[in-house]
Amino acid sequence: MEENYSKHQYDPILPKKDEWPVVKLARERKEFVKKVAELSEDRILDLIGKNPEILKEELETTLYREKLRIKQNPWDVDPDDEGLFWGEVKNSLLQIHSEVSLSKAKKFEAYKAVLSKITSRYSEEIASNFKATHYKFTRRVVTYGFSRLLNAARVKGFGSLFSNQYTLQDKIQITGQTAQIRELATKGTIVMVPTHFSNLDSILIGWIISVLGMPPFIYGAGLNLFNISIFAYFMNALGAYKVDRRKKNLMYLETLKTYSKEAIQFGCHSLFFPGGTRSRSGIIESKLKLGLLSTAIEAQRANFQQGISDVSGKIFIIPVTINYHFVLEAPSLIQDYLSQTGQERYYKENDEFSNSYKISKFLFKFFTKGSDISVSIGRAMDVMGNYVDEDGNSRDKWDREVNTEEYFMSNGKVTVDAQREEEYTQTLGKRIVEEFHKINRVFSSHLVAFVAFELIQAKNDKMDLFDLIRLPQEDLVVAYEEFKATCQRVLDKIFELKANGKIDTAPHLYRPMDEIITHGLENVGMYHAKRPLIKDKAGNLVTEDMSLLYFYHNRLHGYGLEKLF
Amino acid sequence: MGMALKNSSESLPIGVIGVGSFGTAIANMLAEKNEVMVYARKQEVVDEINSQHSASGKLLNPKIRATFSPEELCESCGVLFLMIPSAAFLEVTRTFAPFLHPFHLVIHGTKGLAVQLAEGEQWDTVKKLRRNQIMTMSEVIIQETLAVRVGCLAGPNISKELSNGQPAATVIASKYNEVIQEGQRLLRSEKFQVYGNFDIIGVELSGVLKNIIAIAAGALAGLGLGENAKGLLISRGMVEMAHLSKALGGTVSSVMGLAGVGDLVTSCNSPDSRNFTVGYRLAKGETLNQILETIEEVAEGVNTVRIVDAFLKTAGIRAPITENLHRVLFEDLSIEEALQSLMKYPFSVDVDFV
Repeated sequence: MEENYSKHQYDPILPKKDEWPVVKLARERKEFVKKVAELSEDRILDLIGKNPEILKEELETTLYREKLRIKQNPWDVDPDDEGLFWGEVKNSLLQIHSEVSLSKAKKFEAYKAVLSKITSRYSEEIASNFKATHYKFTRRVVTYGFSRLLNAARVKGFGSLFSNQYTLQDKIQITGQTAQIRELATKGTIVMVPTHFSNLDSILIGWIISVLGMPPFIYGAGLNLFNISIFAYFMNALGAYKVDRRKKNLMYLETLKTYSKEAIQFGCHSLFFPGGTRSRSGIIESKLKLGLLSTAIEAQRANFQQGISDVSGKIFIIPVTINYHFVLEAPSLIQDYLSQTGQERYYKENDEFSNSYKISKFLFKFFTKGSDISVSIGRAMDVMGNYVDEDGNSRDKWDREVNTEEYFMSNGKVTVDAQREEEYTQTLGKRIVEEFHKINRVFSSHLVAFVAFELIQAKNDKMDLFDLIRLPQEDLVVAYEEFKATCQRVLDKIFELKANGKIDTAPHLYRPMDEIITHGLENVGMYHAKRPLIKDKAGNLVTEDMSLLYFYHNRLHGYGLEKLF
Repeated sequence: MGMALKNSSESLPIGVIGVGSFGTAIANMLAEKNEVMVYARKQEVVDEINSQHSASGKLLNPKIRATFSPEELCESCGVLFLMIPSAAFLEVTRTFAPFLHPFHLVIHGTKGLAVQLAEGEQWDTVKKLRRNQIMTMSEVIIQETLAVRVGCLAGPNISKELSNGQPAATVIASKYNEVIQEGQRLLRSEKFQVYGNFDIIGVELSGVLKNIIAIAAGALAGLGLGENAKGLLISRGMVEMAHLSKALGGTVSSVMGLAGVGDLVTSCNSPDSRNFTVGYRLAKGETLNQILETIEEVAEGVNTVRIVDAFLKTAGIRAPITENLHRVLFEDLSIEEALQSLMKYPFSVDVDFV
């Protein structure tokens, strides 16, 4: 029962790029940046209750943290004038403080002027540098370059470089609600929320969006990625705005949220990785970072407040899972995870995507040797987690129409209630996690890793994870027949879950079990120096790296399959 | 949505669903400051309220109007108080579900748990329950309707004392500040204090779990034991409630509050309450079946003991009072044996949850 993935050519939903919201935003960049800065200022003043003393304290805290960051954690991408800027902020604060003659109101005005400078700077820094020409170029490079590589590798012989037999869509399968996302993108504003396992995700999703014929989405990408020139180019071309995780001060966070909210209200389709960062353990995100997600809810409420109650003001949340056999950064991710949970050391970012050479090498391997990736597009929801039909109407469990605006109303009108929206954000986060599990697509590699790890654990049931990882290799052998029988048991359960709509599977899982196992072993973590799972000479299963096996096994965590052991 | 809601604001009537003793008491308290509309299922009760201002003999404020149309109530009101016995809770919630909107604030005053059985399971034979099969009443509302801004009302609130205007207090719990504030605004008076709590699950559980201890208190009284024993029970009962509440998703601090310890003390000293009566009669030698035959409404604590005992089997924790009561109610253990077993139980630490 192999299904054929449709290699569909999707027509662009907005053929003229002038109509793309992201192009419009780029055209009005200057005004937009200014607006974000001003609104952020208002927001911050509201948050501190317009209290001059608190404002002064917040300014001093921000200054202190920024100076510390510049000194202790400088990055290549940081602008040269940072020291200068914060020096000026310091001088301004000192001056206001020392001028005894200033009235209270005057002092407040002076502090507000400093705040305004800071939000303007942050807003400028966050804003994306989208250029439609770069976008088109990048798209062509990615699609053309990748498919050349792919054909050169797969179709042997003369002229293969110009063959069109294989396209990128042979390697990267797009499944799920593709028609719905295209439809809704013409009606309202999309917020796409994918799982996040690899730095490759950003580029991959950018490409998917373009294959689906949708205009580019804007998204918050970690500023650290802009350190690497090849990534920086891609990111800018794909409409990324910058998120600097080093800056945790109130002013920065509020400016960032305002930027996201305003961009959504502007009509830009957006993308957040709601896990905030790549999953360190290989487990599908179960706790989401709610900061950016809350901006989707705020933007929706703001649209209602402005009277845009029809579908054009509606925001659609679309969960997406990206399914890999192989995650390049797995070894360092799982090390991070283990050292965090083991609480031995502090956590330090360190990954394979540290330079352009390594990335190119990986991409070459990926396209020449192959490792399939599938991207599952989930059903669209409104900001309250209700499913949405093709016309953009929300539906409840009994398929009755729901008016999303009513969630924001009290006494007959739309009201602003930050605490209410915080709760709504949590509810939405939970719904997204549920949907992730439903659309997650099981691969042969996930199955074999899961079964092998669980069998080893069952045999050593007195040991915790850290003991298991330290086991000598001789103790890590699993007999083939036992392994095969267990794989079948787990797979049966997976199909049962699938029948209830709780998980999805790749078509290769319908092959005979021996073939599934072979396929899984070939693919699981295929390019790691130490393989998570291989067959030994006697035909039994052994692992060369228990922590990697744990990482790939975790993909099936959260379905209660452990109970089968 | 109802056009009535579009044009109005503060003057909307407050809805009360259910005119039992607690519902009537709350409706009267609400009517001191607001217009109130109550829902009753039977036409004759509605007529009685509208013409004679009483419900089954209980006096109602003349300002209170009654309807038997769920639709009319939902269309007219923005805030609804759901004051029905737990046995009817699911049914009534489903009756109202088609008319409830996301803009409604719903506050319930029901102390009970609902159970969702897996396919093929029977309530009479079920031995184990996982947390996701057990629902508090607010979870029922959220599952069955479009209302999300849900709250609960819990605390030592004996209807008779409230009706007599004696001073008392209650807790309004909700995840939503606006629900708490609205509840306080509507109910607070010189004689009635209203506390807020964000831990709705913990507050609901406190109100439910204390019923177990109330049965035990009745049993102690039936055995003719004194105040030392009662003090022991209340303090051990509180420890058990704290552990159970935590395992079911509430916080320990809610158990320490008015809806927990406050209601616990009141219940253990109310010989008139149904839960207390069940315990008392058990101690006098009657069986559960004999007691249930002569009691009008099911004592909620009996159900709670069953549900919590089944939950213990999957949660991996111990709750000696509940477990022993379960054996008395549903197996053949005598009250005396249960007491013996509790006295021998190795409670080595006085307080182990703070």
